[in-house]
Amino acid sequence: MTYIASSSFVRHDLVSERPAPVKTTGFIGWVRTRLFNSPTNILLTILGALLLWFTIVPSVKFLMVDAVWSGNDRTACLTENAGFAVGACWPYIQAKLPQLIYGFYPEAERWRVNLTFVLAAVLLVPMLVPRLPAKGLNAGLFFFAFPVVAFFLLHGGGIKGFGLSWTAGLLELFDDSIIGAGNVLLNLSKTSAIAPLLWVIGNLIMLVGTAIHWLVFPLIWLRDQIQGSGQSVWGDFAITTVVASLIAFILGGGLRTGWRALVSSIATFIAIAIVIKLMGLDHGGLPVVQTSLWGGLLVTLVVSVTGIVTSLPIGIALALGRRSTIPLIRIFSIAFIEFWRGVPLITVLFFATYMLPLFLPGNFTVDGLVRALIGIALFTGAYQAENVRGGLAAIPRGQGEAAAALGLSWWKTTSLIVLPQALRHVIPNLVNSFISLFKDTSLVSIVALFDLLGSLRASFSDPKWSTPSTAFTGFAFAGIIYFIFCFGMSRYSLFVEHRLNAHRRN
Amino acid sequence: MSTEARKPPAQIALKIRRILGGKAGWNGVAVQFAFAAILGWIGYEIVSNARANLENQHIAAGFGFLRNNAGFDVNQTLISYTGSDTFLRVFVVGLLNTLVVSVVGIFFATAIGFIVALCRLSPNWLLSRVGEIYVEIIRNLPLLFQILFWYLAVLAALPNPRQSISLLGIAFISNRGLVIPRPIGESGFEPFLAMLVLGIVVSLGLRFYARRALFQRGQVIRIWPSVLALLFGLPLATMLVFGLPFTFELPQLKGFNFAGGSRIIPEFVALTVALSTYTAAFIAEIVRAGILSVHKGQMEAGSSLGLSRGATLRLIVVPQAMRVIVPPLTNQYLNLTKNSSLAVAIGYPDLVSVFAGTSLSQTGQAIEIIAMTMGVYLLISLVTSAVMSVYGWRVSRSLGA
Repeated sequence: MTYIASSSFVRHDLVSERPAPVKTTGFIGWVRTRLFNSPTNILLTILGALLLWFTIVPSVKFLMVDAVWSGNDRTACLTENAGFAVGACWPYIQAKLPQLIYGFYPEAERWRVNLTFVLAAVLLVPMLVPRLPAKGLNAGLFFFAFPVVAFFLLHGGGIKGFGLSWTAGLLELFDDSIIGAGNVLLNLSKTSAIAPLLWVIGNLIMLVGTAIHWLVFPLIWLRDQIQGSGQSVWGDFAITTVVASLIAFILGGGLRTGWRALVSSIATFIAIAIVIKLMGLDHGGLPVVQTSLWGGLLVTLVVSVTGIVTSLPIGIALALGRRSTIPLIRIFSIAFIEFWRGVPLITVLFFATYMLPLFLPGNFTVDGLVRALIGIALFTGAYQAENVRGGLAAIPRGQGEAAAALGLSWWKTTSLIVLPQALRHVIPNLVNSFISLFKDTSLVSIVALFDLLGSLRASFSDPKWSTPSTAFTGFAFAGIIYFIFCFGMSRYSLFVEHRLNAHRRN
Repeated sequence: MSTEARKPPAQIALKIRRILGGKAGWNGVAVQFAFAAILGWIGYEIVSNARANLENQHIAAGFGFLRNNAGFDVNQTLISYTGSDTFLRVFVVGLLNTLVVSVVGIFFATAIGFIVALCRLSPNWLLSRVGEIYVEIIRNLPLLFQILFWYLAVLAALPNPRQSISLLGIAFISNRGLVIPRPIGESGFEPFLAMLVLGIVVSLGLRFYARRALFQRGQVIRIWPSVLALLFGLPLATMLVFGLPFTFELPQLKGFNFAGGSRIIPEFVALTVALSTYTAAFIAEIVRAGILSVHKGQMEAGSSLGLSRGATLRLIVVPQAMRVIVPPLTNQYLNLTKNSSLAVAIGYPDLVSVFAGTSLSQTGQAIEIIAMTMGVYLLISLVTSAVMSVYGWRVSRSLGA
């Protein structure tokens, strides 16, 4: 032992580690392993670099270096006047910016559009940030209150009555159509071969119609009284508040547990009253701006937000219908979903534009924008149904069975146990189909609505700005806007997916 | 005192209830009646309103209009068509144009999509970034935007025919489209075609025989020299005997446009380019996901068996990836076919454009025309999904075996 210890050749401590060769670490190592590790890869790297060089350099040159930044008309963007090969013609975008964002919305009223955009952003951002509280209230405001407020802000106009007169009107329409159908059957029974049967059915329907007529009569009488009294909106509002709050109170559990429902119902109605008062809806509201004047980014956003808001309930209803065991409802849902998923959106828009007016009573005209919205809502609803169905299928059966064991009804099982979990599951898919909806809104320009792309195309034909680079400039601008929206949404969907799969990561 | 078990209650009533009303029982039956009544009411309203509206507009319902003369021209037809042909012929012309642009688009989309997917999977950092940028940019821009971009910006910026870009003096690109030489059949055409078909059939038979020999007796037969001879040598020999099968008519610049050759209209070019690049981005993601879905161990197992990298890919990785790739890939093909209807925006004469567009505005037969157009697309997608479910059934059966 002593012999070894005294030996001068033995080290007492470890040799310190040598640094790795420069070739394998840091930037050089990365370049060697990821870019130049084999002859093929060297070739591919050169190829990729050339590809980037021939796409990025000309684009940057076009958008920045060679661009013209100021001017009043096309002469500023011509090569003869500028003295160099002109790239993007930005003064053209500057001149057309109002048209690209608002369309022909009257200049004095554009604050309404801006206010709507701000409202949407204020409601949307807290909903998207997972850490912020009160998601339910926020979603309620965005999906129910915001569309109504936005309608009265953008379109203008006021209301003549409230819940009571709407309900009365709807019931009256329903009753009229029932009596009408009965009359048709009675008329048919005079000529048909199965006359007695038709006569019986017709009379039965007439009987039902008359019964409903007498049932709704008090409601109609009350409405007429209120309409005559001068304070039609507020009187109607007060009665609706009382009735709806009472119903909420009783459904909420009456004297035992209904207080919470009562308070929230009254609070909702107070909020509605404030909105009505603020916007002056009871006496005419804001001046009406016809939808034919809307355009640009406004139409793109209106169509996509309406599509998002309306397609989700349609999709949930269809998905539940498809999973239902009741034969007729299941068959109807399957047929409906497969039909809309099987046809291209453009034929749906043609259907909504040319066929829908034929299906409605002759004196009933539907606004062009609304027709397109109906088409898009049905189309997107079918796609959302398949998304939601995927989420429903992912919920273990035990969840539903546990709820049944606790004695919950089908409605409570679905709305309290299954749907909340299923919808959470499919948020990324829903966002992805909103991205394709947002992209598909550009199709409304084919049926003569001026969305962002339609306005852009219309602006190309302006002789004041026709230069060789106008088209490229316009497409660059619109492309950037579309890209920001879609890319943002896709990143958000990735983020949510990551968050939802947190338990699977290790 | 009987100890026999009680008989179970009769199941027939329960079964009937289950069939008629689902799990909800008689409640379900009631719901169905209400639902049917509402549907019937809506249907009745639609029919009666449509009848009244059509009467007001003096339009005769029915498909009789299909025999009327169309009276307008179509700028790309695969079958002979003049303005005096019927609307039925317009329908067929539009349908064929839709199919042509779809097939060409599917071909290029698949090619570009696989290339981009390989780029994204490449170990080369730069190349995979290039693939990623391509996918992100293309996927996040609307298809209509891209079609209009190609049509209104890129193709419109091309020079006029007199200054057209010449490709080796045989094809010319200008803002009137792409002009290429047109093949004209000669006397040797039929034998040539017959020999070509014969060559293909015999090659397929050889391959089948070789595979059977490999799988049953383990005998490796090298067939590629004979296949090469069959596919190229046989037609070449016929050409020597019977003369050239066809000659090419070269396009000539006459006045302000080209005479001779066949012209591919710019609408077709714009639509094909936009559709194939757009769908390629989605196909690339599908292919990438499919190849990544094959476990790494499969590749390692293949090389431990002594297979080369190419053979491992061809025999082990790709067949397994295909199972994941094929269903969404078919979906993308279907999407491309449906998206080809955007041709209406740039005036390419596809089904929607000539039939649901021009014919509709001329006849006003909205219900019949839109129903026929939707029916065509619906038929295509239903047939495709039927084929796909057969495929899925076969795959699951082969996995189970």
